[in-house]
Amino acid sequence: MTDEKSNAEAYWAANLRLIAGCLVVWALVSYGCAILLRPLLAGIPVGGTDLGFWFAQQGSILTFIGLIFFYAWKMNRLDKKFGLGE
Amino acid sequence: MSQFAINVLFVGASFAIYIGIAIWAKAGSTKDFYVAGGGVHPITNGMAIGADWMSAASFISMAGLIAAGGYANSTFLMGWTGGYVLLAMLLAPYLRKFGKFTVPEFIGDRFYSKQARLVAVICLIVASVTYVIGQMAGAGVAFSRFLEVDATTGLIIAAVVIFFYSVLGGMKGITYTQVAQYIVLIIAYTIPAVFISLELTGNPIPPLGLFSDHSESGMPLLAKLNEVVTALGFNEYTADVDNKLNMVLFTLSLMIGTAGLPHVIIRFFTVPKVADARWSAGWALVFIGLLYLTAPAVASMARLNIATTVYPDMAGQVENMEQAATDPILYEERPGWIRTWEETGLIQYEDLNNDGRIQLYNDTEAFESTAEARGWEGNELTVNNDILVLANPEIANLPGWVIGLIAAGGLAAALSTAAGLLLAISSAISHDLIKGSINPNISEKSELRAARISMTVAIIVATYLGANPPGFAAQVVALAFGIAGASLFPALMMGIFSKRVNNVGAIAGMLTGLAFTLVYIFVYKGWLFIPGTNNLEDIPANWVLGISPLSIGAVGAILNFAVAFAISKATAAPPQEIQDLVESVRYPKGAGMATDH
Repeated sequence: MTDEKSNAEAYWAANLRLIAGCLVVWALVSYGCAILLRPLLAGIPVGGTDLGFWFAQQGSILTFIGLIFFYAWKMNRLDKKFGLGE
Repeated sequence: MSQFAINVLFVGASFAIYIGIAIWAKAGSTKDFYVAGGGVHPITNGMAIGADWMSAASFISMAGLIAAGGYANSTFLMGWTGGYVLLAMLLAPYLRKFGKFTVPEFIGDRFYSKQARLVAVICLIVASVTYVIGQMAGAGVAFSRFLEVDATTGLIIAAVVIFFYSVLGGMKGITYTQVAQYIVLIIAYTIPAVFISLELTGNPIPPLGLFSDHSESGMPLLAKLNEVVTALGFNEYTADVDNKLNMVLFTLSLMIGTAGLPHVIIRFFTVPKVADARWSAGWALVFIGLLYLTAPAVASMARLNIATTVYPDMAGQVENMEQAATDPILYEERPGWIRTWEETGLIQYEDLNNDGRIQLYNDTEAFESTAEARGWEGNELTVNNDILVLANPEIANLPGWVIGLIAAGGLAAALSTAAGLLLAISSAISHDLIKGSINPNISEKSELRAARISMTVAIIVATYLGANPPGFAAQVVALAFGIAGASLFPALMMGIFSKRVNNVGAIAGMLTGLAFTLVYIFVYKGWLFIPGTNNLEDIPANWVLGISPLSIGAVGAILNFAVAFAISKATAAPPQEIQDLVESVRYPKGAGMATDH
């Protein structure tokens, strides 16, 4: 029972760490690169404008897609590793 | 074949497909009706989520919003996609594991409180009804433009089609029609975009075209666009925004609002396994991304196209922009698409300085002296943002069948979202109110009948409101996203990630988030949106810390979290069986069983 419990707790902790990491990237590309850090990235030209504009209209969406698939893939491995999948 | 006949053919064929699916996918049980039997493949579900999510606003209005606002309106692009990251990681898998039929049901069970469930039902209904009115009205407009019937008749035709597949098939019928609708709408959206991108940049892929060189001038497309719009007194298209706090909060409000909208969440209940809920979110964002990556390209290209249509001299390599600005086209020589759309009133022209030419510019104080020097006496051409996507095929001189496709696509976007919303509303009534409160012993068969009757009533009410839109119908972003973000999203998230938040805390949090958000919106937009009842004029100078009423949902959500945690800390922890319930939703094992309750 305790084994099972600590196994489940370890699974949940690993999930929380993974979510935290993914959400850091999520916030960094949208709130960071596309909005708050845009002035800092103004020197990097992308197709007639700057990197911040690219993140706002394209880069963040592409990153979001990548993040969800990465999370789903990682979680599948965690499900298996901890024997908690279906 | 006339354009009218082509439109009828395309719309008629798409409707025949939807009705065919309705007959094939008849719901036999409440499980079929609420969650499509729970056996939908994640890719299929991803496509259905795409259609469920992309409304008339995404299809028709979003490109126009971005074209008008440039960089500043990137908020919609990030906000309406970033929410899926939150859904995939914070809500969808666990709510799927919970394995029940509705969003209020989770809130009611997790916070062991009928009152909490009722608050959630009210939030769901207000958000969804506001949302659905826009879809019905959008369908009416699309009908009247393309099929030459009046908007009310169009609305009724749309309602009958929705009635067919949603009342017969419930979620099962809706799921498979949404898949068909996604395919129709994405083809309709991308084909004209590909041709416009090819014409302007030589690149057939619109998102790449956006950052390529403009063929005619050899300059980067966005640099060309900046040059043209600034010569006409507008802000640079790519100009940065001063009020970053508001931009961040607005984006955040859209993201958490997206994640908290019940009609999106319930789509994740239809897949067999927890892992499938995660994959579904990824596929959903791929399918949504196809349109959301195309939209900003359509926006900038259409904006440039319209400007260079009016000022042909601005299109190429321009030595002297001032010179080019003085030579707009003659009104008599305007292209066909301007004539077509003038008839709908969505493009208007008034020759203010009587020179027979069209002056299109930003008529502001800062630009007044320049305009005066050019002999301009006011902006003469008013173009409604909503026509950008609809007029795209005509602007790019595409054949008539593309226009028919756009008509079918716009209707698909409106109908698919309306059906998803109507299902969320009717299941809240039949499952949360009737079975949950009024008559818990209702039999499966009676509940299914109740669900069908609720759906029918919801369709009739939505059709009536679509034909006679109340004042709040225009406030989808403020009302639907504000409520979902400030009230539902935090409650759901706390229900999963905290074992300590209890019934009192959750209810107090939801009500605080809701009340705070609504009051802030009402102060600027009028109490219950009744014109003239606002306490402060809705202008940036009046906003607290520069936060617009549309961005306040994020602040409401923070208050919701704070109040819920504080009150829960001061009161008794949830009973053991509730803590066990929280445990169980965190682990995927056993989700297949959980649905058979």
